[in-house]
Amino acid sequence: MARALNDGLRLALSGDERVLLMGEDVGRAGGVFRISDKLRGEFGEERVIDAPVAESGIVGVAFGMAVAGMRPIVELQFMGFSYPAYDQIISHVSRIRHRSRHRFTAPMVIRIPYGGGIGAAEHHSESMESIYLHIPGLKVVVPSTPVDAKGLLLAAVEDPDPVVFLEPIRSYRSITEVVPGDYYTTPIGEAAVRREGTDVTLISYGAMMRETLGAADVLEGRGISAEVIDLRSLVPLDVDTIVASVIKTGRVAVVHEAPRTGGFGGEIAAIVQEKAFFSLEMPVLRVTGWDSVFPLKRSERLYLPNVAGIAEEVQTRLFEG
Amino acid sequence: MKGSAHVFDQGSLSGDPLSILDQAGRLVAGYEVDGDDLRRLYESMVWIRTYDRKATAMQLQGRLATYSPFFGQEACQIGSVAALADGDWLAGTYRDAGAMWFRGYSWERLFLGRTGDERGGQPAEDVTVMPPSITVGGHMVHAVGLSWAEKMKGSGKIALTMFGEGATSEGDFHEAMNFAGVFHTPTVFFCQNNQYAISAPREIQTASDSIAQKALAYGMVGYLVNGNDVLAVREVTAAAAERARNGDGPSLIEAITYRRGPHTTADDPTKYRTSQEEDLWTERDPLERVRAYLADAGLWDEPWQTELEEAAGVAVETAVGAAEALPKLDAGNFFDAVFENPNPTLSDEKAAAARRLELGEA
Repeated sequence: MARALNDGLRLALSGDERVLLMGEDVGRAGGVFRISDKLRGEFGEERVIDAPVAESGIVGVAFGMAVAGMRPIVELQFMGFSYPAYDQIISHVSRIRHRSRHRFTAPMVIRIPYGGGIGAAEHHSESMESIYLHIPGLKVVVPSTPVDAKGLLLAAVEDPDPVVFLEPIRSYRSITEVVPGDYYTTPIGEAAVRREGTDVTLISYGAMMRETLGAADVLEGRGISAEVIDLRSLVPLDVDTIVASVIKTGRVAVVHEAPRTGGFGGEIAAIVQEKAFFSLEMPVLRVTGWDSVFPLKRSERLYLPNVAGIAEEVQTRLFEG
Repeated sequence: MKGSAHVFDQGSLSGDPLSILDQAGRLVAGYEVDGDDLRRLYESMVWIRTYDRKATAMQLQGRLATYSPFFGQEACQIGSVAALADGDWLAGTYRDAGAMWFRGYSWERLFLGRTGDERGGQPAEDVTVMPPSITVGGHMVHAVGLSWAEKMKGSGKIALTMFGEGATSEGDFHEAMNFAGVFHTPTVFFCQNNQYAISAPREIQTASDSIAQKALAYGMVGYLVNGNDVLAVREVTAAAAERARNGDGPSLIEAITYRRGPHTTADDPTKYRTSQEEDLWTERDPLERVRAYLADAGLWDEPWQTELEEAAGVAVETAVGAAEALPKLDAGNFFDAVFENPNPTLSDEKAAAARRLELGEA
């Protein structure tokens, strides 16, 4: 996935001279995850900008650039480091269109690597996407595959509105596939059905897609046919794909590594009961991270949902409950 | 403008602020003034004071939501932006309606925003003025980005950001100044030190001798100027703007002034300052010193003053009328400016909101 993102950034920079990349260590170092590897050499330090360690400034300055006609992409290194920029995102980036009734807009991409399972220090493993989902005027996308990572990134750069682009750190180098070399976009707002099934709908996104698909395999071995939806875009949400699947299966589990309370699973559960209540055979199940601080390396396996655990919960609570 | 901007390449960063016209209306030695030019600056200050009075009165009548008067700061409002060129950006605050108007943001739109109509945040297409920042300080980094983008485009345009001394305590002041210094952006930071952030006096915001001296730490030029002297304000801003335009980087201007009115129409300044202090600043009024000079030079008389005030009054009344006569937006209009393209969730919510309104008002 890292290579697909690098390829996407390169195409974005070469295709539109208004595009620029800014963030801590994105230039000389090529990014802490090497996502912008070699781009500074190819496009120059004026378009691949090593910024001071100042997240609010990075986002706020990029916002000003966007209003003045540029197409900035910023990187915030880790979700746990994105919070100093939160004020700029919620107070200005997401609402300048509204504040000025379309006179000024902020077409920009805020790339935020997120998620656990990487044995990192405190603040480096968080999955706090809910705090971005709650902001009107912001789109939030999360790829789970290299092909989507590139396509969604290019769609985000083209988008007339600001997009928070969440990158699953754990998938950067663990998820690989052949990615088309040409320029293409993956539409924002369309979920992907990764696996068709008839008995239960498993809904997830980002890094947790691997565990969710693994759980579907396990369930198949136990005679349960699971349909798996990769949301890809959390805002806007592809409600139709979710509802169509639930009407077919009658059972739903949402899987995410973010804390449970206020997590997106609750929102999905609410939408499902509003739109497909009479199709439901069982209550909507949430398989999530916990309402604790994300633990350090020794305990993170206790925190993250895993394949066997997801399969077990789905089987016992949706089929044997 | 006949004074030499280069005198102000970098003045003293603490102590007495730079001044050209003293309170009695006398020019400092070595300056010449173009009478017509000064009359135009004076006229603009009269016009914005008229607007400010009208808006304050309308708020008291309940015709405007809260209003934050700039009464006493007219020399800052006009002198700063009078140094800008076409297409330069202005990113200011809720107390900068005077400067916004001077840059082309219509009074009609300014009134609209205060009546609770979102179109108030929408200047005309050719106006490069950001709608005011209501949160304190966040817009300073925007000015860095705006001006940096212009530098990238090679347009020769710059950005000026206005903020109060209270905003210099915000982290974004540091981040904005730091970015501007590091990347040498064509940004002018214009601080109106009006002595109070609501009730908090200047001493609570910083232990520095001055705000201007903070420029040094960011590798930029600083200016300390008498903010009630419109000529001095324009001279230092012109020097800073020229530096920015020539690729010599950003500047920080601290203009010493006084907010003669309340923070907003909901505030009671008697709780935190004395009438003696207010009287002192009444004597330092920014319009009075210009009038004194013009009167001495035979360039001001009562009939002209009356004519100015009447013309401004008519213009303001016309703008109020136009704002109030504008066909009301459908109440659900706010759903339409969240994203560029319609979003199914918002369309559903808009319909639900209309139904809720209908029921609520039945």
